Amino acid sequence: MLAKTIAELQSEGRTPEILFWVGCAGSFDARAQKVTRALCEILNHAEVEFAILGSEERCSGDPARRAGNEFLFQMTAAMNIETLNMYGVKKIVTACPHCFNTLKNEYPELGGNYEVVHHTQLINELIANGKLKLKEGGDFKGQRITYHDSCYLGRANDVYEAPRALLESLDVDLVEMKRSRKNGLCCGAGGAQMWKEDEPGEKRISLERIEEALETNPTAVVANCPFCLTMLQDGLKAKEKNEQIPVYDLSEMILTRL
Amino acid sequence: MLQSLLFILVAGSASWFAWKGFRQVWLNIHLGKPEKVAGNAGERWRNVFLIALGQQKMFKNWLPAVLHLFIYVAFVITQVELIEIFVDGIFGTHRFFAPYLGGFYTFVISSIEVLSVLAFVATIIFLSRRNLLRVARFQKPELKGFPTRDANLILLGEIILITGIFCMNGGDKVLQIRGVEHYHLTGDFAVSTWLGPALFGGLSDAAVVAIERFGWWLHIFTVFGFLCYLPYSKHLHIILAFPNTWYARLTAKGHMENMPEIQKEVRIMMGLPPLSPPEGGEGGEFGANDVFSLSWQNILQAYSCTECGRCTAACPANITGKKLSPRKVMMDVRDRAEEVGKEIASGKQQAASYDDGKSLFDRITPEELHACTTCNACVEACPVMINPLDIILQMRRHEILTQSAGPAEWLPMFNSIENGGAAWAMSEAREAWRD
Repeated sequence: MLAKTIAELQSEGRTPEILFWVGCAGSFDARAQKVTRALCEILNHAEVEFAILGSEERCSGDPARRAGNEFLFQMTAAMNIETLNMYGVKKIVTACPHCFNTLKNEYPELGGNYEVVHHTQLINELIANGKLKLKEGGDFKGQRITYHDSCYLGRANDVYEAPRALLESLDVDLVEMKRSRKNGLCCGAGGAQMWKEDEPGEKRISLERIEEALETNPTAVVANCPFCLTMLQDGLKAKEKNEQIPVYDLSEMILTRL
Repeated sequence: MLQSLLFILVAGSASWFAWKGFRQVWLNIHLGKPEKVAGNAGERWRNVFLIALGQQKMFKNWLPAVLHLFIYVAFVITQVELIEIFVDGIFGTHRFFAPYLGGFYTFVISSIEVLSVLAFVATIIFLSRRNLLRVARFQKPELKGFPTRDANLILLGEIILITGIFCMNGGDKVLQIRGVEHYHLTGDFAVSTWLGPALFGGLSDAAVVAIERFGWWLHIFTVFGFLCYLPYSKHLHIILAFPNTWYARLTAKGHMENMPEIQKEVRIMMGLPPLSPPEGGEGGEFGANDVFSLSWQNILQAYSCTECGRCTAACPANITGKKLSPRKVMMDVRDRAEEVGKEIASGKQQAASYDDGKSLFDRITPEELHACTTCNACVEACPVMINPLDIILQMRRHEILTQSAGPAEWLPMFNSIENGGAAWAMSEAREAWRD
């Protein structure tokens, strides 16, 4: 089995060192599920004792809060914090920058205090302390690849280097877009936009972003967020480039080198 | 003697008008809810020094940054000369500090002159960027009318200020060289030592004296004009950038302000014990629909905005043709604060029971609010740490929590989170991906 729930682990008398917060997209979205599985395989490979919450996990509340629905946010957050505290969770990893931001920055004042890391940070850590050894070569070596900073990992939390360090360890030829790091352009999904149509305008934000990515003439586009994955892929479809240019999450690329 | 009296009269009335204007700005800012901002003095001073004084964030775009720096440094250093203008103006002296400071005086005035030339060039370039090159961020709909006139007026004022300085110094140098009484030697100024004779060398003593006096009065009149105009202009940023960077939030940009009043209600409803320290807050309306329900800090930010539009140029919604413009949000808050402030000052309304049938929603439409992706690009772009996103989110909260409005498309998401615990309604188990 790829991953055990924290309840299953406890019934075996074991406590995980880290909880993998899967998130709604990671749990239900077909594309994001692949990232979820990839991260589980990486953690298993590195022999990290981890668990998931399974059916006890709820939406972190990010889209509700940003839509303006504070009641719903407070409810779902309080339930999550009750669960996390009941299991005595200390450290959390998540592959979703929105969950990452909410758990890290917004749960503490609601009584939920955890060390929260994004999966790109954790994978870096595992490589640095020798728990994860990457094989030489691989498909991505020397490939021209562009990296899209998600708003919630980047500007919202100033994490720019961890994902780039992973790209470096994959020996790719990283080509930055014009707007990157602090000046990165949003994919268009944040602030609960994922759940609604764009307001009237000239074009979709995802299209604006993918056009910029295509200017770098990449063989692949890399992201760190399930919503960015969807948006960038939609943009590529609109450009009829989705057959030629894949969009990867960093964990999927790392997995090919284990 | 006559000139001294005239000077004191002009200085006195200008100070009075300026004080009235600044006082109204202070009152308008405090229409907002009190919010205590304290702690982390070290980091706050760092922001004031690096971002306001040091203009760190301006240097993301080096060309306007360098030009702006010329005008800024020229402005600051010219204040030194202003001290002398005041002394001379009140006591009828002429270049009071020159005999005491000697070579250092020559150095200071020369620095002012060099910077004034640089500022002059920068001002001409800024005027062309706005009016000839028509840089995109200066052509947005929210700048139509007064905001565009305001910007051009300020730039024109800078040209007049600099003209005044060179008439005054240039005339003075010509008279010094001719040995005219009263115009004692000050050493060679970097620019007017050659510019003065080149421009005014052929004129009679009386004419040059008139030009020197004209320059002196033109300069000081423009300074007073600026002072009185500042409270009504976007140019107020030259003062408010400093408190604004001090009071700016220090938490991660991704952090949204908590609502303790709702937290309290939800915990009671769920049968959870209160958190210690006890959550405070009062009920009533949630979110913000007017200046009264925003924090005073949001309104300070609106008055600190110089409408440069770096936020709007970085906004993904605006870039792709949506109606949202973060700069317009800040301008709307300021305009609304002005409107409310006027009503209260005229005695027609009182702050506590204010009702003119209008709100911020008359200026900022739901379409604009709904276009925001909360990406923080506007917050990152602002050179003086203004946060338009915070206002947008407070207004979204008002829409959903108080008006029970908002995009209908969000309802299924709300329902799924409430009933199924996931942002989408799903039939399979949350951990089904394992199998």
